[in-house]
Amino acid sequence: MSTVNLEYKVAKEDFSKAGEASSAIKKTLKKLGVNSKIIRRVAIVTYEAEMNIVIHSFGGKIYVEIDTEKIKIIARDTGPGIPDTEKALEVGYSTATHQVRELGFGAGMGLPNIQRCSDEFSIESIVEDYTQVESTIYIQ
Amino acid sequence: MNLLTVKDLLNAEVLCGEENLKKEISSAFACDLMSDVLAYVEDNTLLLTGLINPQTIRTAEMMDINAIVFVRGKLPNQAIIDLAKENDIVIMTTKHILYESCGILFNKGLKGASIMHK
Repeated sequence: MSTVNLEYKVAKEDFSKAGEASSAIKKTLKKLGVNSKIIRRVAIVTYEAEMNIVIHSFGGKIYVEIDTEKIKIIARDTGPGIPDTEKALEVGYSTATHQVRELGFGAGMGLPNIQRCSDEFSIESIVEDYTQVESTIYIQ
Repeated sequence: MNLLTVKDLLNAEVLCGEENLKKEISSAFACDLMSDVLAYVEDNTLLLTGLINPQTIRTAEMMDINAIVFVRGKLPNQAIIDLAKENDIVIMTTKHILYESCGILFNKGLKGASIMHK
C-alpha cells in the first residue's frame, strides 16, 4: 500500500454535517482493509477533533496520512486558540456552551479521548490564531 | 438477546432496520453523553439514550454500534432516521424512561457493556 492522503474541510457550527469527515475517513480505512480496532481508534480521534473544530473554531481542516506503518491525523483550525493547552487536556475541563452540551458533547472529554487513542499526540495553539492537534496511531 | 426481544420487552416501535431484528446483541450501554460512548464502549453493544440528534447516529457509526433505543418516547426526525439507514443502524423508540428500559433488559439477562478504565 502506498501512502494515501485525505483532506476534509470542516465548517464551524454546522452541527447537521458534523461527523461527515470522520465518516468518510472511516469508510476509506475500511476499504483499505485496515484492522477494525485501529479504525475505531482513528474514528474516535477524527470525530472528537471534528466536533472540536465545529464547536470551538472558525473552521478548519482534517488531514489524514496513511502508510503501511501508521495513520497520522492532523486537525488544524483557525479561531480563538486555547490559552492553556494543559488545562484543556484535563478530563472534565470544558468551555463549551449549553447548546453543545445538548448534543452530547462539551463534557471536557474530547482532547483526553484523542490523547488516549493516540500512540503519539501533540497539540499546539496560539490564542486568536489557530489550534493544531496531531495524532499518530501505529498499525500493528 | 436479539433485537426483536429488545423490541418486545420495551414495547418499542422500530423506526428503521426492521430487517435486522434477528441480530444478536451481547451487552448494553446507556447514557446521554456521546463523549462517554466514545470513551468507554469497546465491543459491539446496544446503545440506550434520550439524545435524538445526528451526533447520536454518528457516534454509533464511529463505534460500530448497530442498534440504538431512544427512550422517554423520543422521536428523531427523518434526516436522523435516514442517516441511521445509510449506516445500517437499527433504531427504535420506547416510552419507558432510561432507568426502566435498562432495568427491564437487565432483568432478562442483558448485561452492561464491559468498559475500559484509564
